[in-house]
Amino acid sequence: MNDPTPNLGSANSPVNWPGSSSANSAGDSPTAGEAGENTAVSLRDVVRHFGRFAALRGITADFAPGRLYVLLGENGAGKSTLLRVIAGLLAPSRGSVRVLGSPDIRSVATRFGYMGHAPLLYDEMSAIENLEYFAALYGITERARCEQAIRTVGLEPALQRRVGQYSQGMRQRISLARAIVHRPELLFLDEPFSNVDVRSARQMTQLLGHMRDQGRTIFVVTHQAAIVEPVADECIVLDQGRLVAREQGIPARLLNPYLAGEPAAKVAAPQIEAQPGEREAES
Amino acid sequence: MTTEAMSTKATRTEAIGTAPGFWSIARRSLVKDLRLEWRSKDAINSMLFFALLVVVIFSFGFDPTAEESRKIAGGLLWVAILFATVVALGQTWTRELRNQVLDAYRLSPAPPQALFLAKAVGNFIFVSILEVLMVPLFVVFYNLRSVGPLWQLLVVGLLATWALVVNGTFFAALSIRTRSREIMLPLILFPISIPALLAMVDATTSILTGDNSPIFWIRLLAVYDLVFTAVSLILFEVVLSAE
Amino acid sequence: MKTIFRILAVITAALLAYGFVQAIFIAPTEATMGDVQRIFYYHLPSAWVAFLLFFVNFLASSWYLIRRSPRADALALASAEVGVSFCTIVLLTGPIWARPVWGIWWTWDARLTSTLVLWLIYVSYLMLRHYATGGQIPVLAATLGIFGFVDVPIVYMAIRWFRTQHPQPVIGGGEGSGLAPAMWVAVLWNLLAFAMLALLFVWLRYLQALAEHSLEEEHAQASLEMGEAR
Repeated sequence: MNDPTPNLGSANSPVNWPGSSSANSAGDSPTAGEAGENTAVSLRDVVRHFGRFAALRGITADFAPGRLYVLLGENGAGKSTLLRVIAGLLAPSRGSVRVLGSPDIRSVATRFGYMGHAPLLYDEMSAIENLEYFAALYGITERARCEQAIRTVGLEPALQRRVGQYSQGMRQRISLARAIVHRPELLFLDEPFSNVDVRSARQMTQLLGHMRDQGRTIFVVTHQAAIVEPVADECIVLDQGRLVAREQGIPARLLNPYLAGEPAAKVAAPQIEAQPGEREAES
Repeated sequence: MTTEAMSTKATRTEAIGTAPGFWSIARRSLVKDLRLEWRSKDAINSMLFFALLVVVIFSFGFDPTAEESRKIAGGLLWVAILFATVVALGQTWTRELRNQVLDAYRLSPAPPQALFLAKAVGNFIFVSILEVLMVPLFVVFYNLRSVGPLWQLLVVGLLATWALVVNGTFFAALSIRTRSREIMLPLILFPISIPALLAMVDATTSILTGDNSPIFWIRLLAVYDLVFTAVSLILFEVVLSAE
Repeated sequence: MKTIFRILAVITAALLAYGFVQAIFIAPTEATMGDVQRIFYYHLPSAWVAFLLFFVNFLASSWYLIRRSPRADALALASAEVGVSFCTIVLLTGPIWARPVWGIWWTWDARLTSTLVLWLIYVSYLMLRHYATGGQIPVLAATLGIFGFVDVPIVYMAIRWFRTQHPQPVIGGGEGSGLAPAMWVAVLWNLLAFAMLALLFVWLRYLQALAEHSLEEEHAQASLEMGEAR
């Protein structure tokens, strides 16, 4: 299930990633730097303070490309902080971060995407308007690509409704679309399933798995390990700013802490909220 | 292993983002801001009314003869515009903080200077709209008639507005990272703007009364504008990436 | 370090004493204003020292933006605070002088007005440092420090022109207007004394700011290790 065989442009997958087999898209980067990218992300003794509070206490890890990593841990364990440090939104107080072979993430800005806890969208604009603006920040000016991205997450690009009026599930989908419109090879997602209905969460998970199958590297921070378990390659457990466990897939004890007896597995119980009234009326 | 290497290479050729052009981003950001402002209209309505109130209150405070009015109108007008501007500028970055949209900009390869320029120009347009309302009101309330040519007043108006707006936009970005946001902006903007204020007031008065030449003041404003536009553009990246 | 400091402190005290003697006893009495004019020997050096300190702040702020060094930030803070103090001296001695001589508390004299604007700019700098949140204080303050100092020449130009257009009573020369050579001696001695005094104050404040920074670092380090005993 987690075998990363390339699955370009497969017509069988329920979520279609159109045009993925085109080999001559714009932005074909030179092959220099290929050798330095046996690891997608490399952390060495990363420490991060906020005043006197140590959010990250020396994290050292390497992450190979083409896998889907799930960051687990309690509230305050440092998951979101770690993601923000890797993505370059926060500077580490000590230690070093290398992303895609480069110590300066700004130099590889076109190659990664980030979906935050907050939507990172303008409430007063429609989905396509938001996408067009944020795509332009990555040099993408064709409207068609923005429409593609919106369809990929299962929404209708022609929808004129302002994003501020969307349900949470729809808003998270658009936020994801924004993060992937430039087809990044590296993706960071911070709590993508929070307050999202089951159907949206499942579809997003399938999409993530599909993207991972295409060779992308994906990091997901979540409390809801059970949702993402089918596509997870590895899970990384943080506790009080330290990396305490790293395993293949997501073991059962981390899916539901109430089953476990081990004190190390302090993971929040999964919260899958079924919202029967919620419908994707415009999909 | 080989399959993984293959898939990585395939993904790299797929990534279609590029570093975007400066002017393209600036233009799009400006259009986006204008569109958002037009749709929400929250700032412009209250600002227009505030500007009107300021003019009326000043008129109650100062009731000069026609001759006196020419001497003090320059000062009154620009102080009134300064107050209205500070209130308007305070809103500049609030929209970007909602939903943490600013993070999206920081993560992208788009140049920070383009964002700053777009914000500054947007504010310039915004303040100009306020001035278009306030100036005629001043003329009416004070029975103003200018001795000097109107085009000179226009030049002073443009240079002076940019002087207030360029630093105001930068300091507004600074002040959103402080505890008392609203008071912080005027606190740090006013002292640095003093030479520009002196210049715009004196230039306006010189033109209105015809007593002195405004040339030096116009040159000073131009120098001020150039210097601080450059400094703002250079240092904005530092402020944007401050956490 | 302590010995050097003590030596410098003694030298400074001596200079201040000698400067006092020069200003009050040795320098000739001014023709029109009489002995009141002697406050000028504190007024002018304070202004120059304040300006010098703000220049130091500019350098320290630039250094901080380039290197992000805590020493640079400590120096920027120290020089701004001491600079504002000396500015305050100028702003107090000015009116004290003006009142008996011209009967008015304040004139829009070029130096006095420029100093007032400088004082405002750097007080706003200190306010920003006070109100900014968390770890970004040094960065934001450094940008404001640069803006502030870049403004200084423009302030001087503007106010000088303003003064020629609207002439006002001038508080004391310094622009080569009627200062006897004997008076310059007193000015220079007091300038040296005040510069040394400023150096001592800045040094002290710098060390204090650095110590505060180190303390924060130690606390952070301690909280790092706290998680060990689990």
